[in-house]
Amino acid sequence: MTAAAVARRPIAEGLFTWPDEPARLLGSRCGACGTVVFPTQDGCPRCGEQGMAVTELGRRGTLWTWTSQDFLPKAPYAGPETETDFAGYLVGYVELPDGVRVVTRLVDVARADVQIGMDLELVLVPFTVDPDGTEVVAYAFRPAVPA
Amino acid sequence: MTDVAIVGVGIHPFGRHPGVSGAAMGAYATRQALADAGVQWSDLQFAYGGSLASMLPGNEGSGTADTLVNELGLTGLQFINVSNGCATAGSALASATQAVGSGQFDLGLAVGFDKHPRGHFNADPASSGVGQWYGDLGFMVTTQFFAMKLNRYLHDHDIAPSTLAKVAAKAFRNGALNPNAWRQKPLSEEEIEGSRLLNHPLTQYMLCSPDEGAAAVIVCRADQAHRYTSRPVFVRGVAVRTRRFGTFEVFAPWLSVEETESPTVDASRAVYEMAGIGPEDVQVAQVQDSESGAEIMHMAENGFCADGEQERMIHDGETEIGGRLPINTDGGLLANGEPIGASGMRQIHEIVLQLRGDAGARQVPGDPHVGYTQVYGAPGIGACTVLTR
Repeated sequence: MTAAAVARRPIAEGLFTWPDEPARLLGSRCGACGTVVFPTQDGCPRCGEQGMAVTELGRRGTLWTWTSQDFLPKAPYAGPETETDFAGYLVGYVELPDGVRVVTRLVDVARADVQIGMDLELVLVPFTVDPDGTEVVAYAFRPAVPA
Repeated sequence: MTDVAIVGVGIHPFGRHPGVSGAAMGAYATRQALADAGVQWSDLQFAYGGSLASMLPGNEGSGTADTLVNELGLTGLQFINVSNGCATAGSALASATQAVGSGQFDLGLAVGFDKHPRGHFNADPASSGVGQWYGDLGFMVTTQFFAMKLNRYLHDHDIAPSTLAKVAAKAFRNGALNPNAWRQKPLSEEEIEGSRLLNHPLTQYMLCSPDEGAAAVIVCRADQAHRYTSRPVFVRGVAVRTRRFGTFEVFAPWLSVEETESPTVDASRAVYEMAGIGPEDVQVAQVQDSESGAEIMHMAENGFCADGEQERMIHDGETEIGGRLPINTDGGLLANGEPIGASGMRQIHEIVLQLRGDAGARQVPGDPHVGYTQVYGAPGIGACTVLTR
């Protein structure tokens, strides 16, 4: 590693593919009933089958619902903002073609432009910085560039 | 199953009570309920009590419900602590009703109290079964869930967001008629819409806040109710249901595209069947209004209207105290706040007053004889009751 390189880490192991981009979210698919969940888990919440298989979820989807977070959340929120510089953020559930709706932050979109049903795509974003300077990376969705 | 009656109710005012412990408020409400029924603490054979504060991070000051026996007397009765999220009090009443209904006991108590600090509830990812990342990223905020469920509902059923302020204004109007309410000052729709935006489209006065308070009810075998009161209220149906696969609940990193009706719908159907009545027979109802939109959605989930009819009903005043189906006549959670363990018991207390004709300035006209309550809580619990006189 060169002195200039910034160390980066995903906010959690196993949440999305790392470090090669474009990233994919990691979910689990039930071999018995086909249910897809996020993030990965072993037992199926629909039919109880054990041994769900890890699956890479689609990178594009549509916005199912959303809201804004206009006050600084209490713990366990771990973002870097303080009461004085908190600017709020947008959150939503994005419906992926795999048949699962995933909670996400919405980025690169003005509040007035958010519409249920809009096309979105996955992106990795810097979230905060560890005390040792390591950049913590999270996933988010942004308006999709028309295919 | 043995029929069950409510023969005494009590309440400690909701709000902020510095220096008064949760258990002291629970004891206050219990003593009032005992006096209302004309019985002694030592007459009770059992109690179910809910106090959630001791379970929440940062809320450790309240103590579990059975600590109130230290104030009321160590009689050795069966005391069971209940913890079931915002449905805690509904679950305590269900358990008390089942205890009498089974024939095991004749006379007992259901009580709830809580004492929460200011601000939205703290949450711990691990204890809610989600990863730390979910909390770190700022998703673990209950009001976000309320707003997202609501935004999809308004979108699907074409309900105007202005309906939200109408619901909140009604709550504060009713709260102004309730001497036990936390918020007793009416607010205009303009003041409500103009208050601080917290989670689009919900503003500060459209969301209830955690606070402090207690409520208690004395239950007995219906065939013994005349010993205690000339005006018993009967529990005709009580049910608690949990989420099935496909519901939309709080603290969910993902949702299924396969959608299922909520646990409130399941509990609601169960109590109508037990009572042998339908939603059209209900004359006064208390429903979970954690925020304005919850009251709108719960009107349909409890069968009082079809999805999308709420805007017209509310506009026409059908849910006002003088309307066709008065809802949240005591101001609901919006005007009373939410001491979690007590909140559902406050609903029961209000329905008992309404059915006795004792609700004072907020009394529903027309001598109502069928009442209904519903609480809903994390992680997906609905509890409903049908009460008659």
